[in-house]
Amino acid sequence: MSGNGHASFGAPKDGPIKGVPSAGVPAEGEIRIGVYVCHCGSNIAGVVDVVEVARWAGETLKDQGVVIARDYRFMCSSPGQELITDDIRKLGLNRIVVAACSPHLHENTFRTATARAGLNPYLCELVSIREQDSWVHTDKAAATAKAKAILAGGVERVRRNTPLDPLVVDINPATLVVGGGIAGIQAALEIADAGFHVYLVEKDASIGGHMAQFDKTFPTLDCAACILTPRMVSAGTHPNITLLTWSEVTHVDGFVGNFTVTVKKKARYVDEDLCTGCGICQEKCPKKVIDEVYEAGLGYRKAIYTPFAQAVPRTPVIDRENCTYFIKGTCKACEKFCEKDAIRFEQQDQELTLEVGNIILATGYEIFDARKIAQYGYGRLPNVFTSLEFERLSNSAGPTNGRIVLRDGVTEPKTVGVIHCVGSRDRNFNNYCSAICCMQSLKFAHLVKEHTGATVYNFYIDMRTAAKGYDEFYQRVMEEGTLFVRGKPAEVTEAGRLPGEEGKLIVQVEDTLAGRQRRIPVDMVVLSVGLEPRADAKELAQRFGISCSFDGWAIEKHPKLDPVATMTEGVFIAGCISGPKDIPNTVSQGAAAAARVLGMIQQKHMKLEPIKASVHAEQCSGCRICNTMCPYNAISFLGAEGVSSINAAMCQGCGTCVAACPAGAIAGTGFSDEQVLAQIEGLLSVGADGTPLKRSAYPVAHQQGDGNRPTPAETVRA
Amino acid sequence: MSTQAPVAPAPAEEAGRVTTFEPVIIGFTCNWCSYRAADLAGTARTKYPPNIRLIRLMCSGRLDPTFVLKAFAEGADAVMVSGCHPGECHYIEQNYKALRRFQLLQRTIEALGIEPARLQLVWASAGEGVRLAGEIARITEEVRALGPLDWPAGEIVDIDGVDLDAAWGATGGDPDASPGDADGPPASPGGAKPDHAAGPLPAAEASR
Amino acid sequence: MSPTARDGAKPVAKSNGGAKPSARAAAPAAKAAAKPKLAIFGAASCGGCDIAIINIHEHIVDVANAFDIVLWPTVMDGKYSDIEAMADGEITITLVSGSMRTDETIHLARLLRRKSKFVVSFGSCAGEGCIPGLANLSSRQQILDTAFSTPSTDNPNGLRPIWEYEVPEGVLHLPQFEPILRTLGQVVDVDYTIPGCPPESIQIWAALEAVVKALNGTGPLPPKGSVLGAGDSTVCDECARKRDVKKIDKFVRIQQVAGFDPEICLLEQGLPCNGSATRSGCGALCPAVSAPCIGCYGAAEGVVDYGARLMSAFASVVDATKPEEIDKVLDGIPDPVGQFYRFSLAGSLLRSGRAAWQNDGE
Repeated sequence: MSGNGHASFGAPKDGPIKGVPSAGVPAEGEIRIGVYVCHCGSNIAGVVDVVEVARWAGETLKDQGVVIARDYRFMCSSPGQELITDDIRKLGLNRIVVAACSPHLHENTFRTATARAGLNPYLCELVSIREQDSWVHTDKAAATAKAKAILAGGVERVRRNTPLDPLVVDINPATLVVGGGIAGIQAALEIADAGFHVYLVEKDASIGGHMAQFDKTFPTLDCAACILTPRMVSAGTHPNITLLTWSEVTHVDGFVGNFTVTVKKKARYVDEDLCTGCGICQEKCPKKVIDEVYEAGLGYRKAIYTPFAQAVPRTPVIDRENCTYFIKGTCKACEKFCEKDAIRFEQQDQELTLEVGNIILATGYEIFDARKIAQYGYGRLPNVFTSLEFERLSNSAGPTNGRIVLRDGVTEPKTVGVIHCVGSRDRNFNNYCSAICCMQSLKFAHLVKEHTGATVYNFYIDMRTAAKGYDEFYQRVMEEGTLFVRGKPAEVTEAGRLPGEEGKLIVQVEDTLAGRQRRIPVDMVVLSVGLEPRADAKELAQRFGISCSFDGWAIEKHPKLDPVATMTEGVFIAGCISGPKDIPNTVSQGAAAAARVLGMIQQKHMKLEPIKASVHAEQCSGCRICNTMCPYNAISFLGAEGVSSINAAMCQGCGTCVAACPAGAIAGTGFSDEQVLAQIEGLLSVGADGTPLKRSAYPVAHQQGDGNRPTPAETVRA
Repeated sequence: MSTQAPVAPAPAEEAGRVTTFEPVIIGFTCNWCSYRAADLAGTARTKYPPNIRLIRLMCSGRLDPTFVLKAFAEGADAVMVSGCHPGECHYIEQNYKALRRFQLLQRTIEALGIEPARLQLVWASAGEGVRLAGEIARITEEVRALGPLDWPAGEIVDIDGVDLDAAWGATGGDPDASPGDADGPPASPGGAKPDHAAGPLPAAEASR
Repeated sequence: MSPTARDGAKPVAKSNGGAKPSARAAAPAAKAAAKPKLAIFGAASCGGCDIAIINIHEHIVDVANAFDIVLWPTVMDGKYSDIEAMADGEITITLVSGSMRTDETIHLARLLRRKSKFVVSFGSCAGEGCIPGLANLSSRQQILDTAFSTPSTDNPNGLRPIWEYEVPEGVLHLPQFEPILRTLGQVVDVDYTIPGCPPESIQIWAALEAVVKALNGTGPLPPKGSVLGAGDSTVCDECARKRDVKKIDKFVRIQQVAGFDPEICLLEQGLPCNGSATRSGCGALCPAVSAPCIGCYGAAEGVVDYGARLMSAFASVVDATKPEEIDKVLDGIPDPVGQFYRFSLAGSLLRSGRAAWQNDGE
């Protein structure tokens, strides 16, 4: 296998080691199994007759190699574990089966105990007779019979267990952070400050992410740019951070500690080393383009541009599709005026290869496309705005210099309606709550009042203001005089029909507290749109070998206990990539991911679970059917030898290739064919009533008493 | 008193007796989704019939058709295959392979005379403990209504205790002198004992 | 009543009584009785395996020189009674082809097992049931009905085999047709297996040569249970076609496509070729002429159920993710049992269809 890990898993140690508890695989007839049935207080013993199960195992499974079968109140306790370690030492046991709770809880506990006694931990199995038996069944006799079956399955399986050793891999101290929003910046700075190198890759021309577009941030009403830009500058100037903006990761190879990442650095058409960021090129560029990204379509930029004034890096990029030179071959105003001669029209995209040990994905979110809710009129009615558009209006550095005005760019609204939950908590679009929109909508209400003094209506379903300072902010906005209507608007229309509605946008809503329909005329509507995963989320997940849910949010290793790790070793997630969250939580996750990475780097090596597949080259025919089985690209075809091969460190142990191989040439440790088939046999050795499963035999032509053959009286006479 | 899912036993009438058939079902679960769902059903104390016995695999993609066939061959009345929902596989996309293998398996077992309802596929995410329990209860009742499969056990060399050689001996083939059988050829299990003292049977000369 | 009194015939004359010894074979001892005994028996067999043995051409002389052939019904005269008269283990090697279809075949298999040191399961029928194993999809009654009362059969009275028939001299007994066809290994303990339908003659000679060497002490005795006369891998290993990653969006029949690319893997072209799961050793003769491998050399080493391996492999590389789309592709294999278990049904985990044993096999 490639990489610098050494592997000895999967191959049983040579020869039997008689008498001494060892990691060796004993010869035939030397399997000595210890069975331990846990009462778990009354959790198991209250339904399953554990004493009987242990007795039965000691008697009935003797031929399978069971030499001792015990029951005990709490196997996971110290004395419980000591039963195992003592028996291993005194009775020369070389296999252990514990019948207790779920392996997800205590498999590690019992395996560690086994290892303490000098036996390879993978020779210990934990079968569940609690979550899968005593807790879910009420018929005690049936539950006891099932426990016997489960135990028999475990015993048969463990006979085929082989000693395994974890794979040890080195950890490259460099880290890749994908996404230059606040989560990525936070993570990058923490790792860099600790003294390790970070590559920060960002798709856009500047880092900053969505937060750079905001005006003020709740609940403190800090100016977003004021708190963000110092961080951006630190990241841009940090000696340990290589900033790769206007770049994308195109390919990832390798495994934890040893990733090889290919990055496409798109051509800026400006020499970064020469450019001083003076901005004269942007000034002189004659081509104005609507800025759909940063200004949310409300403002303009030039064909050569930096996304915003505080962009990091300050080097502009040329938008090829709108640049006169690239379209017609003329202009070149930027080149003419650049004092450093930094314009490079012939620049090419570059492909960079980075070697890193860990990856943090912090690619953030997109907003829900409000055009999908036609009845709110976004895209059709000019004065319906999305939240991002509003942020740009409100922002003093925005296209209107901070004036909150209607789409005509001039008129200030006298009444504004803010609609919560647009595209969130909506079975037609996204079922989930986007976490930030209530606070965001309150912020909008406050800002409108502050900038215009207009009357503001907030249309909400529930008010979600759960974190520190949030509910106080809500109270403040209420005191400021914002009007709250509890009801989800049915539509926003310009078809006025009542007096006072002419020329206005009418919000039609059921006020559920007042218990009646209302038509509320406003000048401007702001839609608090929900947050969604990025459009390319699934592709991204595929590229980095992580899973994402059906709607596209990245899946964390455990939603409560491990929110920044993924199931893929070495790849972490931070921020909105895994779901909507506010800035404090995003920053926390960025820091958490950084801490995890720093922990890995500090350990220098990592042990991987030895649940791995491997190809037996002599048996492999090179049919290549397995080649498309691995989403982690662990399987490659060696053309010269004509066989397929599996990189053990990249292998995640799912076993799909093991099952797919038509020649049976791929073996999987930990869940081998022998182990599973044996477990099936064991599980089916016991019937529903606890006695051996009754089986019929295949019919034969001759029966006792010869039932198939005609009696002499029926024979035909010649 | 029982909080189990209501079980209406399908009576199997045998010579006037009504007995409740308890199917034995093997269920394959994946470590990350459906096994966790089963665990969750346990922690929530959700009740379901005890007929199913679960096997934990790392992924539904590990499911080898050999396992399913082995389960039937060893006496299971039904097999449940379960894993993460399509699109949510912990290993990205392996449950699609499981789905395809399942569909092909179902066609094959049907051609072998096993009702397709004896092989069922259930997608369950880690949080769907109650749902998984419900599916298990439903499958149990469906299989109970189908009755036992009782696939015969593959015997080793001696069939059912019948001495085939003795039986063959009685058919007019040459009774072979088993070593240690001082009493001569064993008696035939039934029918007239053929008399061979008269010499070769007419048919014997025509052979070879 | 002694066994030999029945027919009064002497034991069959030894073969090769006066032929010149082959220059290549080791010169046997002067007395014919010193040569190890070889028995070749076809149980329920088509005879193809015997022909394949004869197809080793002049090497047959080497075989005759090396062995005292005591039973080979296809080729020479011999009586069961001769075998019965032997001591246990007197026959050094017995090659048994054909399946265990009737109680006669089972009896003979056991008789030969007792009388032989080594029993070799020869060919697909003995090894895994071969094509006659597909009869296990039907009950005995269905089989007899099909054989004896088809629309074109002249059997106006609907006669069926009568297992006992009384004649003045006594009662005749027909060997009973077992409800389930079994492999040799399901009936007796087998020492070695030579796969194939039939085994390739080159491989037969290679296996026999190895056996001769082992008996001479000039070569190793293969461990019990070994597969002889076959490769270590599967047919793809011997196939000259170029192989790429597999993404099947359609299964086709040979008749449906005008011409197949002679260079590219047949499976990639949609032909359900079983070569990836079938033991190598035949030289991949069929794929070489664009005929998809049908699997006559049986399963690869260590495989429990041949059909399961194929099902898994084919399904894994189907290029579809939605159930309806998957169904459409799988519709291209309308007979899954025929495709995946053509040779191996009797030796598979389930061994038969349900009809074969329901109602006690009738």
